[in-house]
Amino acid sequence: MVMGDMVDEVDVAVVGGGPGGYSAAFRCAELGLETVVIDADRRLGGACLFEGCIPSKALLHVAAVVSEAERAKEWGVDFGEPRISLDPLRKWKQERVVGKLARGLAGVAKAKGVTVIGGRAIFEDSSTLRVEGDTLQKVRFKHAVVATGSEPSPISGAALRNNRVMDSTAALELPDIPERLLVIGGGYIGLELGTVYATLGSRVTLVEMTEGLLPGVDRDLVQPLQRRIEKLFAAVHLRTKVTGLRETGDRIETTLEGQDPQTFDRVLVAVGRRARSGGLGLEATRVRLTDRGAFVQIDDRCRTDDPHVYAVGDVTGEPMLAHRAMRQGKVAAEALAGQPAAFDNVAIPAVVFTDPEIAWCGLSEAQAKSQGMETKVSKFQWAASGRAATIGRADGLTKLVADAASGRVVGVGIVGPGAGELIAEATLAVETAALVEDVAATIHAHPTLSETLMEAAENLLG
Amino acid sequence: MPRQFTLPDLGEGLTEAEIVAVLVREGDVIREDAPLLEVETDKAQVEIPSPIGGRVEKIHVTPGQTVKVGAVLVTFSDNGAPVPAGAPARPSASTPRPQPTPATPNAPAAPPPARETVPTGGPVAATPATRRLARELGVELRAVRGSGPGGRVLDADVRAAAGARPQAAPTGAHPPPAAPAVRDAAPTGPARPLAAIGLEPPPLPRFEQWGPVERAPLSHLRRTIAERMTLSATLIPHVTHFDRADITDLDAIITRNLEPARARGVTLTLTAFLLKAAALALRAHPQFNASLDPAAGELILKRYYHLGVAVATSRGLIVPVLRDLDSKPVLEIGRELGALAQRVRDGKATLEDLRGGTFTITNIGALGGTAAIPIINYPEVAILGVARARQEAMVRQGQIVPRLMLPITLTFDHRVADGADGARFATEIVSRLEAPERLIGDLG
Repeated sequence: MVMGDMVDEVDVAVVGGGPGGYSAAFRCAELGLETVVIDADRRLGGACLFEGCIPSKALLHVAAVVSEAERAKEWGVDFGEPRISLDPLRKWKQERVVGKLARGLAGVAKAKGVTVIGGRAIFEDSSTLRVEGDTLQKVRFKHAVVATGSEPSPISGAALRNNRVMDSTAALELPDIPERLLVIGGGYIGLELGTVYATLGSRVTLVEMTEGLLPGVDRDLVQPLQRRIEKLFAAVHLRTKVTGLRETGDRIETTLEGQDPQTFDRVLVAVGRRARSGGLGLEATRVRLTDRGAFVQIDDRCRTDDPHVYAVGDVTGEPMLAHRAMRQGKVAAEALAGQPAAFDNVAIPAVVFTDPEIAWCGLSEAQAKSQGMETKVSKFQWAASGRAATIGRADGLTKLVADAASGRVVGVGIVGPGAGELIAEATLAVETAALVEDVAATIHAHPTLSETLMEAAENLLG
Repeated sequence: MPRQFTLPDLGEGLTEAEIVAVLVREGDVIREDAPLLEVETDKAQVEIPSPIGGRVEKIHVTPGQTVKVGAVLVTFSDNGAPVPAGAPARPSASTPRPQPTPATPNAPAAPPPARETVPTGGPVAATPATRRLARELGVELRAVRGSGPGGRVLDADVRAAAGARPQAAPTGAHPPPAAPAVRDAAPTGPARPLAAIGLEPPPLPRFEQWGPVERAPLSHLRRTIAERMTLSATLIPHVTHFDRADITDLDAIITRNLEPARARGVTLTLTAFLLKAAALALRAHPQFNASLDPAAGELILKRYYHLGVAVATSRGLIVPVLRDLDSKPVLEIGRELGALAQRVRDGKATLEDLRGGTFTITNIGALGGTAAIPIINYPEVAILGVARARQEAMVRQGQIVPRLMLPITLTFDHRVADGADGARFATEIVSRLEAPERLIGDLG
């Protein structure tokens, strides 16, 4: 091997090893294309596995166990106060969860013959990538798939070089359990991580600029969560801006609009994520970015404006969800292999893994109405569900939106424990254009929470 | 005050277009240059960007409708501040289309993205497997009527739509003449799709490294011609057969009849006779009046004879079509040809004038040359190229005599026909041109 003078010739070069990237790479390999993945950290999994979905869900599971143990006191079972040891908890999350899954992905890559190259990939033109890693090398490709994902957005004015101001990546490292934590942003990241820290013992204050938690999500679904969050957190300030963040010793002094300054031990900034489309040399290709958000512009086959470059996942825009990226990865692979694939999915499920969980797919009631659709809406309260009663959770709701003209299920929203799993059936219904009657006439196991979707459908049939 | 947006002049002598898709909905607030509609002319499918920003008050057209230049498409209301131009207009060929997916709920806590517009009616009700089948068969799902529950489009609906498409009913009023069977048509098994080819132009070198360059965008017509020619030249293995027709007698007939024809309002030209001769020859050689359906593995034989004539205009090459030429007398063909060519040159041709051809003739004789090998007008099977006729010394019954010889080339699709077939077809055209009384006789 001649250092610095290596050129790999491949069919497909995937830039980024996250869910979109590895899904594209695996599918390309299955289709007989020689494929490499170039990842800055020389590993597969991306933000999802290492600093997002997976570690946060591991910690949320721990939080759920703690709060279930607390609730068990009502049922005559007392485990006593939980004692939390951070070292074993971090080790379990890092090695038994994240590490195990990472080794699994590496094994799949090996089995499928996908090579992972470590380094920063920069486009030199529409057929060449320069990789700046341990060794300098070039990759010449017939097609490239840009899957560089997203990163946490910073907030203006919070340019503190203090590690007490954390983004979601830092917060998932679980540096300690701060006595007082300020969460900036009432979206799913702030709520999930706020829940983790609050359950582990922090006094959490949350500020959100808009008038409600989870902006854009159906209020019927948010309400039960908001009630619980207000109990779990020390304070929730809506319609509130952070006007000042200042270091004072090893604490952060914070000014919230219209309030006296307060001090916090740590601050979590969770105001959203932004596309990682810069520094890739895309200007050397014909790829175009959107004016707003600098997302890579793609069509329904994940093609950019450059015929040799495809793009998938967060870098292509909202919704920034791993499962959307994975589906896009497969579409891009099949499309560049000449197959008639298209990302024409009707329903992309979204899940907020709080307690209770919120999940939805397809159109919300408001979206359907704004499209001029005449809708029929059914809300089934979990208070009437046998299964919900047995787990002591009557605060759930299953909401079904149907097109009145055709009787098709066009959207479903669920709030309650396990909503993230329950949404799968609803997604299949929306994606396959099932009728309300189809859902109502399908046998659902009793007693389960899945019956709530059937009940919601039955209500519409009258 | 509401503002109305009308179908703009599409250039190329086109006066009407078919609405393919409406990309906005009533009530949408859109920015200037946002994609508004997709229309199809006989030349290309183009996306029409919005000339202004604002709220869409009313949409006056529906997909499938044919509209004339100047017709009102969309009314904008002036309510609310005008939306400034966002992204610059993008070239239509590579513009990513808005997905037919409704905007799904965005990930919470993210800044709200620019509102996406969706085609009217939302997603088509069909399972993912059915949608993929539609893409495989090249069926526009939105145009298929679903027979399933709640109007769901089923696999069977898609297959029916794919099967129905090529079998357009003949537009001629006369019953289709009995055509001889294609010689090699004996099927040897069920129809199967032909293997697809995948070709993409390799990236160009950076010419700047050798000297200064300039980039000039292609005109719309140039791009369309480039795309159509690339398609044809890439997909179709072309074969060309050369021949010459002795048109001494035909020329004499034309000269003799020029004045009488003009008295009846017709300018008699060689092209009218070429059209007649080709139409009659096509009837005897049906595989040249056909289209290959590689997806189905079938040859679609057309029982109508609509011939296109390449016409050079100031705007570029246009191919208007004359219909049912096998049954029309030469004089009538001459009359229609004159009127059609005039409409094309005046920029008044309609979509109907440009559609439905089964075979094309291109006569470059006026511009000189000894022969030309044209590219087939996809998805037709063959094209007849004609160069300038010249007096040549020919040997007739042992004597050298001056004869007026017309060079012709027959270029055809080798997937459909072989060299011998082409030779027979070309010979038939030549012999019909050399027996002009029979062509005239067809005047009936």
